[in-house]
Amino acid sequence: MPQPKGIGLVKGLGVTLKEMGRTMFPRQGVMKLVPSPTQGAVTVQYPHEKEAPAPRARGVIALKEENCTVCMLCARSCPDWCIYIEGHKEKAPPRRAGGKPRTVSALDRFDIDYALCMYCGICVEVCPFDALFWSPEYEYSELRIADLLHDKERLGEWMETVPDFEPYEAGSEAKPRKVPR
Amino acid sequence: MLSVELAYWQQTLLRTVGVLAAVLLPAGALVQLFLFKAVSFMQSRLGPMEAGPHGSLQLFAEVGKWIQKEDIVPDRADARLFKLAPYLVVGTVLLVYLAIPFGPDAVFADLEGGIFYALAASSVSVIGVLIAGWASANKYSLLGGLRAAGQLIAYELPLVLAVMGVVIQAGTLNLQRIVTAQADGSIFGFGAIGLPFAITQIVGFVVFLIAMQAELTQTPFDMPVAESELVTGFMTEYSGMRFLLFFIGEFAAVGALSAVAATLFLGGWYFPGLDHDANYMNVLGPIILLAKILLLSFVVFWVRFTYPRFREDQLQKFAWTVLIPISLLNIVGTMILKVAF
Repeated sequence: MPQPKGIGLVKGLGVTLKEMGRTMFPRQGVMKLVPSPTQGAVTVQYPHEKEAPAPRARGVIALKEENCTVCMLCARSCPDWCIYIEGHKEKAPPRRAGGKPRTVSALDRFDIDYALCMYCGICVEVCPFDALFWSPEYEYSELRIADLLHDKERLGEWMETVPDFEPYEAGSEAKPRKVPR
Repeated sequence: MLSVELAYWQQTLLRTVGVLAAVLLPAGALVQLFLFKAVSFMQSRLGPMEAGPHGSLQLFAEVGKWIQKEDIVPDRADARLFKLAPYLVVGTVLLVYLAIPFGPDAVFADLEGGIFYALAASSVSVIGVLIAGWASANKYSLLGGLRAAGQLIAYELPLVLAVMGVVIQAGTLNLQRIVTAQADGSIFGFGAIGLPFAITQIVGFVVFLIAMQAELTQTPFDMPVAESELVTGFMTEYSGMRFLLFFIGEFAAVGALSAVAATLFLGGWYFPGLDHDANYMNVLGPIILLAKILLLSFVVFWVRFTYPRFREDQLQKFAWTVLIPISLLNIVGTMILKVAF
């Protein structure tokens, strides 16, 4: 039998009223009579209190400079072209005495323009040398848009805020990854 | 009875201050209590929290902000009409309060055709809305203004027809006597709570509340200001002080129509158990009426925050094919019962 029209309307009014009661009077027992919406509301009063970031939250990208080989994979895969990399070749002392000096790539510039970045995370995915990581920090707004360009020193500072990788599920055979500290 | 004789200008001054207080107090209370806080709780959030303890001074912060803003008149707008429209809208609300009794002697103007006057005055605001929509020289404003006109005319009818039942039962158009009729009435000889017409005129009461919601252009009847389609309808081009006037007008109108509804259906300033001729009712009456206004406005806001918006054609269809026939039947039924008893 189809429900008579209008039942849903009354139900809707009930939902909003019940939600108001739950928000205003969240406590139990006698204390229920004392309204305390600050406890009942599901929201957080942001500048005064902060929510813990969700696992794998994408706040800002951190750079481990020593691991970077200037391979440019991240810059090339970036859909917004917001990563700017410059580097040069350097001679490093040989690994063994008497050997030829090695050629290593050194980073001159590694900038990410967060005014352009769309937080897709492809650069972090694509980096083969564990140089880029997600950090959950998000409070880096600026008054000037140009200041949203983070250079490699600033990106390196974010490394401290990178959390450890979550452990894999039981039975996983993949090698656990570690954040270089 | 007042023993002091006041000169005409003194009476006028007192009345002006009184009307302004009567309009602004409920309107401010409605916005702060319901629009800021109750809606937030219904959505499980806190609402304004920064200005004053629990955001209790938010209203002053908002008004202060609006007053500081620049008064912009669009280039192609009809400047004179554009500036006039908000005053028309607010003015009509002030005029409605003129006829509402707050106590046995506390009434601004004890008009013989009080309810007729109140409903007539409240429907003048549609002209202000139309002027605002036309003078803005903006397509959204014009559409909003026309929608508002169509809607207000469509819902004015059930509003007036719902009142007819009360008028027939009370036998008077005078709001003061409608209140005393409810105070003196009895339900089959049981007179302890008087006879609020909400009991005998329950159909009229519901029709009045629905039509009132539409008259106030509150959701689900907010097609004229449908923000997802028309920005804010006829208010699109207004800013600063003039927008504030529209805003005050909107929420003072909620208070005004709630006051009319409370007077007609819930016994007005009278509360069961009190002597409705006593002098102290001039003090208690306004408080009781304010409580009833808050109660009815809470229903308005509660409905507003629960339902989504009607489509334009559904809205018109609902008025003409549902509300008006029901209220006509209500009148016929009331007339038959009036003659029978």
